[in-house]
Parts: sequence; C-alpha cells; structure tokens
Amino acid sequence: MRRRTGVALLGAVLAYAVLPGVALADTKDAAAAGALPDSVAINSVWVLVAALLVIFMQAGFAFLEIGFSRAKNAGTVVAKILTNFSIAAIAYWAVGFAFAFGAGAIIGHDGFFLRDYGDPQQAFPIMGLSDATIESKWLFQFSFCAVSLAIVWGTTLERIKFAVYILYAIVFAAFIYPIASHWVFGGGWLQSNVGMQDFAGSTAVHLIGATGALAVLLQLGARRGKYGADGKPRAIPGHSMPLFGLGVLILWLGWFGFNPGSTLGAMDGRFTEVALVTMLAAAAGVLGAIAVARWKTGTIDIGMAGNGAIGALVAITAPSGYVEAWAAPIIGLIAGIIVPLGVYAIDRYIDDPVGALTAHGLCGVWGTLACGIFTSPGLAAYNAVGQAGLIYNGSFHQLGSQALGIVTVFAFVFTLSYATFYAIKKTVGLRVTAEEEDAGLDISEHGMYGYPEQFIPAPELIGYSPAPGMVPARETPRGATTKEVPV
Amino acid sequence: VKKIEAYIRHESFEPIRMELLGLGFPSLSISEVKGSGRQKGITERYRGAELTNWLRPKVKLECVVASQDVQTVVDAILKHARTGQIGDGKVFVMPVEEAYRIRTGESGEETLQAHPEVAAQATA
Repeated sequence: MRRRTGVALLGAVLAYAVLPGVALADTKDAAAAGALPDSVAINSVWVLVAALLVIFMQAGFAFLEIGFSRAKNAGTVVAKILTNFSIAAIAYWAVGFAFAFGAGAIIGHDGFFLRDYGDPQQAFPIMGLSDATIESKWLFQFSFCAVSLAIVWGTTLERIKFAVYILYAIVFAAFIYPIASHWVFGGGWLQSNVGMQDFAGSTAVHLIGATGALAVLLQLGARRGKYGADGKPRAIPGHSMPLFGLGVLILWLGWFGFNPGSTLGAMDGRFTEVALVTMLAAAAGVLGAIAVARWKTGTIDIGMAGNGAIGALVAITAPSGYVEAWAAPIIGLIAGIIVPLGVYAIDRYIDDPVGALTAHGLCGVWGTLACGIFTSPGLAAYNAVGQAGLIYNGSFHQLGSQALGIVTVFAFVFTLSYATFYAIKKTVGLRVTAEEEDAGLDISEHGMYGYPEQFIPAPELIGYSPAPGMVPARETPRGATTKEVPV
Repeated sequence: VKKIEAYIRHESFEPIRMELLGLGFPSLSISEVKGSGRQKGITERYRGAELTNWLRPKVKLECVVASQDVQTVVDAILKHARTGQIGDGKVFVMPVEEAYRIRTGESGEETLQAHPEVAAQATA
C-alpha cells in the first residue's frame, strides 16, 4: 500500500514536471522577434560560466577528501560526491530554489519545478538586479547548494554509513539549505529587515555546511584509534598530499565563480573587482597559515597551507562584494591565522579529518563579522543592504546585524540537522561496525577497493580461478569483509 | 637462543608491543605480509564481475630471545592476539645458532634484547 502511494506520488510529480510550462518560452520568443537585449545574453553567459566554475568545486571537494582519507576509504568519496551532487540537483529543482529565492520574508513560494512563476522579476525579486535568464541563475544557485552539502561530509570521513549521505542530502537540499539561505541572501528577513550582509555566502553556504557537519559529528564520534588510551589525539595521516593539493587548487579556481559570480551579471564590471578581492585574500590566508604552523609546530605543514587558502576564501566570501581591495589581505591573513589554531584546538576534542569545522565554520563566522568591520559606505549603498562597517563610521550597528544573522542561522541549521541525524541514528544508524571501519569503507560499503593493487596481492589480481578446495565466491555473503567463516 | 615468529592481526600488534616493552623486550621486527589460512577470503565486485581475494593481510612479528624467555614472550603474544575468531594467526618458535651485535661485534645471549638496566628504565 505504501509502495503504491509512493508510485502514485512520483507519477504526479513527474506529470506536473513534464506538462508544458511557460518559463522556457520567454527568452525563445524574444530572441525570435529579435528583441532579446544584449545584456540578457552577456549576463547569462557570465552567470553560467560562474556556475560551471562552482560545479567544478565538486572535484575539488572530492580530491581534498580523498587526499585526507586513508587509501582504504578513497573510492567511497567518489560515489558520495556523485550521489549527493545528483540528489541536490533534483531536490533544488523541485522545491529548493523556490524556497530559497521566491518572494517571502520567511520562506519563498514561487517557482517550484522552475515553472509557473510568471514574471521572474517579481517571482524572484532579490535576483531582479540582473536580467540573466532564470535558468542560468538556477544553475548558479544550485551549485551553491551542492557546495554547502559537500562541506557537511568532510568531517565524517572513514566511518559513516553511505545511507546517511542519501537521507540527509534530501532534507538538506530541499529544506535546510534553501530556508536558511533564503533568510541570508534570498531576500528573506535577515537580509531585508536586519540588513545582514553576506555577498556570496560565508554564512549562507559555508557556515550552514559546517553547522551540519558539527551536528553529525557530535553524534557520530571519532574514528577508531584517533584518541589514545590517555585521551590524546593521534595523527591519522591521509594517503595523498598531492591529491589534497589538487583539490585545494580546484576549489581556489572555483571560487572565482563563487564570489565574482554572485554579482549575477557582468554589465557593471563589478565582477572583476570581486575576483581581485578574492585572490588577495586567499594569498594572505596561505601565508598566515604557514607562518602560524611554523611558529606552533616548527614545520610548514602541507595540509595547513591548503586549509589556509580555503579558510581565507571562505572568509572573503561574505565581504567580497562589500569591501575595498586593501581590506582583502587583512581579512584573509586573519583567517589564515585562525585555521591552524582552530584545527589544533578542535582536534583535541572531536575528530574532524579535513578541518572543515575550522575552515568553513570558524572562518565563515569571521568572514561574516568582517563585513561589520570593513564594509565600505559606497558598496553598502551600491548593494543596498546594511550600512558601512565599524572602521568607517565607528558604529557597531552593522557588526550587530552580522552577529544576529550568524547566531540565527547556526541555531536553525543546527537544530534541524541534529534532529535529522538523530532520527537517522535511531533508524538506519550513522556508523559502520568496527570491523567494517578497519576493513575500510571502499570494501564494506561498495564491495570494491579504490586502489585494488594495494589491497589484493598481485598473484590473485591476475584473476585466474580460486585455489582448489576453496569455497566458491558466490557463497561469500554480500558486504562480508573481515567476517571469518571456516572453510 | 630462540626466534619467535608470530603471524598476527594488525590491531593486536600495539598491545603486544607495549607489553613486551614493559617486560624488557624492545628488540623486534615486523613486516606486512599476506597469507591464507582458515580465515575466509573476501569478494570484491567490480562493475558486476566478481574477484575473490583469499590472501588476507597480517603482521609478521619476529623476536629473538634467550631460551628461558621464550614462554614469557609467547604468553604476551597469545594474551593480546587472541580474539577467539578464526584468523587470529599462529606463533612459531625455532632455534637460532648464534647472534652478533654489529656495533660492538660481541656475540651470545647478552646481545639480545635490552641490557637489564635499560629494561629497568623502560619499566620505571
């Protein structure tokens, strides 16, 4: 019965989605009549290119997490990124985009399945500043949702059940992210009424992701062997610093879509200024992080150099459209200093293998607050959100708005995420068994290794038949890993 | 003089190591090995096709001690390596003809393991 209801519901959803809509016809008719303004084409090209850069960040997250995992957990990251990216696309198309960017103070309500929204300037008022097509804007905003979701999982590497990725991704991409980001940069009450400034999502993307990460981590626990009998943290080195570095540089590149793309248009040339600000902050972040790592540990830590870049990029995300170029290296440098100190402090209590709580969480908070300090009067007026920062007018008003936004978003996302993970924990469970964790998630969750030659001795990998007298392969229970059964 | 050669699970090495250190047996070698016994293999599925892997990874621990110390070391290994499940491994004890310390050229039982005062420091 439940199954039949599910099928009927799915059928209704599909029927609604394929019925001819009015959205796609808008630009086509205008173009046929020779009336499509050049600005629509130019702005749409820039927004689409920016969206593709942000989509490429999925590769960055994949390689960063793979590099920081042990070799036995490398393959599962690939499956996770692809699955989550796809769930986010469908969920964001169905309801997420409407909740996030439709009109409304608390929650948006136009454009479900991206159709029947009428005039896009009225249905999605906050994006009315640009005449780029709604499809390009959708792809861009969806790629943000996918980034935020990817941030959640870096903390959970090497011990989480694959099913958790799927279940939380649905809730996150359909409800948690759209509603919280609507408040911050979708035209909701934090942006319109409080005047919170978050240009590209230090809070709306990065802090939301890191908050989800904290919610799951508190219920998931540390990897086996992370903390010794004396309670001290031990290093569990990732298996590939080169892959980690590739991931960082892909993310860095992707950020040139993330921040400059948030102009949603190219006609005013602002996007190049935002790109400059983004670059300067990231550079200062790397230098700050390696300096602090050298000072605290005596070596220039490879992972810290990368996390310094990420932390600074996260921090400059909110101010990138609000500050002058001179402020960018200062914001980035402070983020770079926060990164090693945050990682060392957090590592003593909870096991965050990639440092996402620091790079996306603490640096997201810092970046959002930085608006309240460094926002220039001219850019606050240009963006028509909030007012100038502390150093320009000596007022703490904007800093207060930023803090209110951070606290509100954190409380909302943490509560919903904690409840979702609690429900998952009580039903399907969050963690794999100790045996599966020792064997690695590649073999326990996927039945195959990311690096087969490393785990299967060469004589067996040639692939002749099993040794005589051995049990036929099909009698091995699915998912059996270290479970021992006498022959 | 005897050599003890044990094939054990990876996770049992650390507790064995700590106990042997405390007992004054710091000198040992380990290697990563792959072998088969009664423990069942695992099946990997790669794009629908199966690949069964019978050789499982183990740690080989080698330790040379004076004959009267053999039982102490073997007991430490048995104590920590046993889970009661198939796949716990095996221990072999074999005779050794002679032992030399390369640095000094001295030979005999005094070259094995730590000097008593060093062992005393380790346990203190």
